[in-house]
Amino acid sequence: MSIAITTQIICFSVLSLVILIGALGVVLLESIVYSAFLLGGVFMSVAGLYLLLNASFVAAAQVLVYVGAVNVLIIFAIMLVNKKEDLKPISDIKSRRIISTSICLTLLSLLIRVDLTNVWSLSSPQNSIGEESTIRIGEHLFSDYLLPFEVASVLLLMAMIGAIVLARRDVMSKDISTGLPVDQELIEKSSEPLLTNKN
Amino acid sequence: MEYGLDLEYSFNEFLKGFGLSSEIAHIIWLPLPMLLVLVAAVVGVLVTVWLERKISAAAQQRIGPEYAGALGVLQPIADGLKLLVKEDIIPDKADGILFTAGPVLVLVPVILSWLIVPFGQNLIISNVGIGIFLWIALSSIQPIGLLMSGYASNNKYSLLGGLRAAAQSISYEIPLALSVLAIVLMTNSLSTIDIVNQQNGAGILSWNIWRQPVGFIVFWICALAECERLPFDLPEAEEELVAGYQTEYAGMKFALFYLGSYINLILSALLVSILYLGGWGFPIPVEVIAKVLNLPINAPVIQVFTASIGIVMTVLKAYLLVFIAILLRWTTPRVRIDQLLDLGWKFLLPISLANLLLTAGLKLTFPQFFGG
Repeated sequence: MSIAITTQIICFSVLSLVILIGALGVVLLESIVYSAFLLGGVFMSVAGLYLLLNASFVAAAQVLVYVGAVNVLIIFAIMLVNKKEDLKPISDIKSRRIISTSICLTLLSLLIRVDLTNVWSLSSPQNSIGEESTIRIGEHLFSDYLLPFEVASVLLLMAMIGAIVLARRDVMSKDISTGLPVDQELIEKSSEPLLTNKN
Repeated sequence: MEYGLDLEYSFNEFLKGFGLSSEIAHIIWLPLPMLLVLVAAVVGVLVTVWLERKISAAAQQRIGPEYAGALGVLQPIADGLKLLVKEDIIPDKADGILFTAGPVLVLVPVILSWLIVPFGQNLIISNVGIGIFLWIALSSIQPIGLLMSGYASNNKYSLLGGLRAAAQSISYEIPLALSVLAIVLMTNSLSTIDIVNQQNGAGILSWNIWRQPVGFIVFWICALAECERLPFDLPEAEEELVAGYQTEYAGMKFALFYLGSYINLILSALLVSILYLGGWGFPIPVEVIAKVLNLPINAPVIQVFTASIGIVMTVLKAYLLVFIAILLRWTTPRVRIDQLLDLGWKFLLPISLANLLLTAGLKLTFPQFFGG
């Protein structure tokens, strides 16, 4: 066995172990902050798996989007609203657990089916694209995957407009959760320089 | 491209002379460039710290460090030794694991990014295909480390500092990436080697700064903001936040932050010189010099000359930019957080978008000048 293959096997087993343990930690840990940071670790390890598959562009994009944007936003949100609060016991916990378990099992069976039906082996090693993949991804995004690509951008635009409308209280005169008219004093108040009334 | 001098090949041949197999020789070779770059980064930090002390002294009409070595050149080493032997404190109410992992997460991506910094045609650790994109991706990990150390310190100043650092880093990453994208558009490649080669056709005249003046300024502002240098050092604004996310840190953990920020500054300066100032290129192309001296381009003398001038030029350009950054730090006031975010989102983002659009248009109109 050559050194390159040994290194690959070691890297693969370490990465998969980190992914499995990290993902379990995300779900099972009590502290939400630890879960969020572990999620970042899981995303990084998935990027490592992409690197092992010679998909360096996808790996870098995974780090940039999932770790650099999604995970940072999650952590940001947790830190801004990190209230020490005891969660209320949920009444119908049993049925909820059954529903979520069945959804997860359905997804798992779908993935297993994909794994079994797809033909994974390339006809020859020369067919792997490696460093060329950046160009290929670009070509696909602007030809046969153009519509999904653009629709995703429309979705993001909608989410952004929604976030801005929610954040700007002068657009929404009523609070969404309570239904009370929003106190706009804080926003409307003009700021006065502190030193004008000194003399 | 012909390889006149191939250090890796000759090193491997040298080891094979002792009867080692080529695989083992390769494994012994692998850590050497990484170690070299790590040493280069640390030495670069020492030089930058000394420059910072001396230039700030000059800006404030002081003398600065004087007794530690000639002109105080040993002062940074004294600083480092002091931090090395200080007690490593973890506050009682802090979260030990996250408190320790934070500085590491800040430092490691910065050092990893040195992977793509070329000091010459073949003087690079790894010419990865995604090149400059690797740096953008890696620098997006840093805010997690900052948030982590800010949270784990269990201190309101630290948390505020961490949140500010992350907000700043996220907002300035976008114009930064867009101005890099304009360069990539002109080069047709993400590789840093290709980016420099594309600029070295006619010496100083073909540097990207003439074709991307707006991109250059946007990139430089964003790089300063990413390094948390004044005028953008809000995360550690002394008057408001004590020292931001570093407040509770001491000893080696603080030294990691310190090292990280200076390595990041040097890295940013190196990348500005690679992206806009022709990287290792001499203002007059080496080919012209070789022609004047009547030597073939592959002659060993010219090869050694090219390699050494490459390293000198890259480092010189980078340190010129470091000098400007230090001068900026000691001569400009700090911006407020709302001014910072306004500048990022309302000014730099539209300008860099317009710059990208303009570059694409110019590339279609004048393909010979803007890399068709």
